[in-house]
Amino acid sequence: MTTAAEVRTREPQPDESAILVVDDLHVTFPTLGGTKVRAVRGLSYQLRRGEALGIVGESGSGKSVSSLAMMGLLPRTTQISGSIRLDGKELIGMHDREASELRGKKISMIFQEPLSALTPVYTVGAQVVEALRVHTDLSKERAQARAVELLDLVGIPNPRERAKAFPHEFSGGMRQRVMIAMAIANDPDVLIADEQSTALDVNIHAQILEVLQTARRETGAAVIMITHDLGVVAGLADRVLVMYAGRPVELGTTDEVYYAPRMPYTMGLLGSIPRLDASGRSALVPIEGSPPSLANLPSGCPFRPRCPLAIDICAEEEPPLESVRGASHRAACHRKEEIETNGWSVGDVFPVPELGIAPVERLPREQRPVALAVEGLVKHYPLMKGVVFKRRVGTVQAVDGVDFDIREGETLGLVGESGCGKTTTLLQILELVKPQAGTIQVAGKDTNDLHNAHARKALRRDLQVVFQDPQASLDPRLPVGDVLAEPMRTHGYDRKHIDARIKELLGLVGLEAGHAGRYPQEFSGGQRQRVGIARALALEPKLVVLDEPVSALDVSIRAGVINLLMQLRAELSLSYLFVAHDLSVVRVIADRVAVMYLGRIVEIGVVDSVYASPSHPYTQALLSAIPIPDPDKERTRERIVLQGDLPSPADPPSGCRFRTRCQRFLTLTEGEKQLCIDRYPPLIPMGPDHSAACHYAEPVAVIPEQSKERKRRRST
Amino acid sequence: MTVPSQELIGTVTAESGIDGTAMLDETRVPSRGRIIMRRFVKQKSAVFGLVLLVILVFMAYVGIHFTKWGYAQPDYNSFAVTPNGSHWFGTDAAGGDLYAMTMRGAQKSILIGLLVAVLATGLAAIVGASAGYFGKWVDGVLMWIVSLLLIIPGFLIIAILSPHFHNNLPLFVFFLGMFIWQITARIVRGQTLSLREREYVLAAKYMGVSGGRIIVRHILPNLASLLFIDATVNVSTAVLTETGLSFFGFGVQPPDISLGTLIQAAQTSATTQPWLFLFPAGFLVLLLLAVNLIGQGLRDAFDPSTGIAV
Repeated sequence: MTTAAEVRTREPQPDESAILVVDDLHVTFPTLGGTKVRAVRGLSYQLRRGEALGIVGESGSGKSVSSLAMMGLLPRTTQISGSIRLDGKELIGMHDREASELRGKKISMIFQEPLSALTPVYTVGAQVVEALRVHTDLSKERAQARAVELLDLVGIPNPRERAKAFPHEFSGGMRQRVMIAMAIANDPDVLIADEQSTALDVNIHAQILEVLQTARRETGAAVIMITHDLGVVAGLADRVLVMYAGRPVELGTTDEVYYAPRMPYTMGLLGSIPRLDASGRSALVPIEGSPPSLANLPSGCPFRPRCPLAIDICAEEEPPLESVRGASHRAACHRKEEIETNGWSVGDVFPVPELGIAPVERLPREQRPVALAVEGLVKHYPLMKGVVFKRRVGTVQAVDGVDFDIREGETLGLVGESGCGKTTTLLQILELVKPQAGTIQVAGKDTNDLHNAHARKALRRDLQVVFQDPQASLDPRLPVGDVLAEPMRTHGYDRKHIDARIKELLGLVGLEAGHAGRYPQEFSGGQRQRVGIARALALEPKLVVLDEPVSALDVSIRAGVINLLMQLRAELSLSYLFVAHDLSVVRVIADRVAVMYLGRIVEIGVVDSVYASPSHPYTQALLSAIPIPDPDKERTRERIVLQGDLPSPADPPSGCRFRTRCQRFLTLTEGEKQLCIDRYPPLIPMGPDHSAACHYAEPVAVIPEQSKERKRRRST
Repeated sequence: MTVPSQELIGTVTAESGIDGTAMLDETRVPSRGRIIMRRFVKQKSAVFGLVLLVILVFMAYVGIHFTKWGYAQPDYNSFAVTPNGSHWFGTDAAGGDLYAMTMRGAQKSILIGLLVAVLATGLAAIVGASAGYFGKWVDGVLMWIVSLLLIIPGFLIIAILSPHFHNNLPLFVFFLGMFIWQITARIVRGQTLSLREREYVLAAKYMGVSGGRIIVRHILPNLASLLFIDATVNVSTAVLTETGLSFFGFGVQPPDISLGTLIQAAQTSATTQPWLFLFPAGFLVLLLLAVNLIGQGLRDAFDPSTGIAV
């Protein structure tokens, strides 16, 4: 294996304006078994004052570890070598007390998990005051006043009152704002934002990015944004650093990296992202395999096993990070010159699989049998109070009259923020019991007519589910063969039949038949989700309910699973109910989309029509909040940022439920507003198979057109 | 990603599997039972424990007939002699052959220990998991019973009832077991409450798997570590409780013997006539060792994260 010392990855010349200089950073975690996990191997970069750098990579690529090393927050046993200089001061090997002086003052970090990063027993204000007083000798009163100012800056309404509230009284997005306030309290020179996108809803996420922008503007700090999502950094970062297996593999200005990637991994990442501005249903670019284990790296280029361009030299020597053209754009690939001169793009490097079409899809929609029909579905939860004598104090209107249907061979995407009732809808369908009100028909059978467990069990064959987290949905103590056998055993298949089917299923989802004897934990996340899909297919169902099936997966794995789902649908004539909060995934996989808000569907229709001309203000806001991995578009895009959080479903606003956050509502005259306050709008047809529930619905295009160059690439 | 071939899809949509049955038998998909067995056999210590237990059981039940002395027939010619050719483990002060007595005692202790452990842990697992999984009134009734049994002083009840046992071993085992399972049942219930919410349990439920089957297939295997440890601890608890009871004159009564009564009797002479103490105590230690090794082996065999390569 080529050691990192041989591979020169240093920055050519130190830059005078650099606030942070990372030079040949290595981080190694020794393990009990004596093997060493080399989490970061030779990372070098410079951060100029006020610059925004995006560090992009999958889990295990070393992106978070390198920033923790910077903060001095890694465990004592970690071996760190190289140098990190902040404003000329060496951070590595610094005493913890000295480091504490810098942390929070010159360099601060916004952590990933807003739920656990605030102390639950102190008020929010007190925590911001503490952050201030640790580093300055402000008086208590002054610090308190400053804390309120900071909370105001990050967009907390009524900051004076809210400062006295405890973290549990804040929503996730609000807590994230508080954390940003704490991070910028002392005007740091460097601000590290670690995976802001993962724990938050799309809308809240857009709000947070906006706040981060404000914070950057106000403090003039250089920002390092760590993320796995290339879309997030496209509009915000000046430069992008892509990491893979602990090494930087591409570094350049945002435009260079997005428009002219020179390392196959970056290309794959860009191609594997489902894009809002994609045209119609199309396969994504899958990167085969999964990231290597850091304890046992392959020799040569770590990306070689997954790289379609790999040649002999890739197995022998790890390519250094060298400039491609000009000094700023650098890539670590042996064939970067070739890529450069031939002008290869994603489509040329990665083979895009062909997607078939199910025979049933050739029929017009009206003639196809209905796989699932939901009409007027209602689910209310009573809100109880009291210990001994429970009394009803309210009703949570989780689902309040939802209608949709799915035809055979069709995919309906059900989207909305968390708390909008999409999971309740899904569970109601899966329970197969009589709903509180309304009807659910699965494969033509009404659940109101299922009078015994036997009939219900028979119907379950037609309806299967794939869960969000493959880690949680597979029994860790059950070998994969038994996992797949379970549904068949339950429905009375004989042993021989089951054995044959298990092998078939494993082949169907791209795993080997020999894997049947292994436990789920021996598989990677993507493979595990494939097992989950295979289990759902075991009984040859007509309808598969997919509950955010890819949101727990790494970006490069995601595309493969989405492609698989599309392929299976075409080959087995399946119908999908695809529940997601990610509108871009839905764009790629779904035929029709239904947008939910507070227990009701606000817009429903064919994907092309809804995405091209969203008519409900909520859909418009959702779509505009999703980042597109295209720097030019991102910079010029107009974002509709919704104010505040989702109202409580126990006490929804009168009339139109969305009016409290509606951007359209604000532009109306008083007389027009009255209609929104008094009446819930019915679904108004906006076009063929497209309707929106808004009194004043009007289409607004919020997604920029796909660039010509990309269109051409797709068509070839 | 492998693209599923067209032929494969064909067999899926058509009534599949029948044509493939011929080639199946050579390459059967290994079931969980089989995999666990293989993982158990892979562990040297577990196999050693199993062999040791088999030897001990064999000694107790068959080995007792190798000597001409009976456990209740004193040799009036040799009182308190050290181990020799005739009395392999020596004799006690009354001339009883210690080898025969130890083996007879081992019979009782093995039976009591293993049966009580299986009974108590099994009951705890079933009751706790049912209460946790089904909830509602099942939970209410079962936990009410558990709480009730928890506050009854088991030791005293057995002491009071024991004159009526008349050396009835099954009844004795039943009562011993009845008084040590409740705490485990409560722990199992608590764990089940969290396991019940896991997605794989939901997945099974939406497949149409019945509650009982979900408990056996998903919940109990995921509690296996806890249950095996509990069972091994219960073996020693049972043997020790029986010893305690016998000491107070309850439990196993003369002329019958258990390892507990033997050790009890030899306590005073442990320094002067050490063999009286060492042989029965040594047997007990070996028994518990074997059970522990087996328990550990089973636990590791059930837990895929222990990294036993199969």
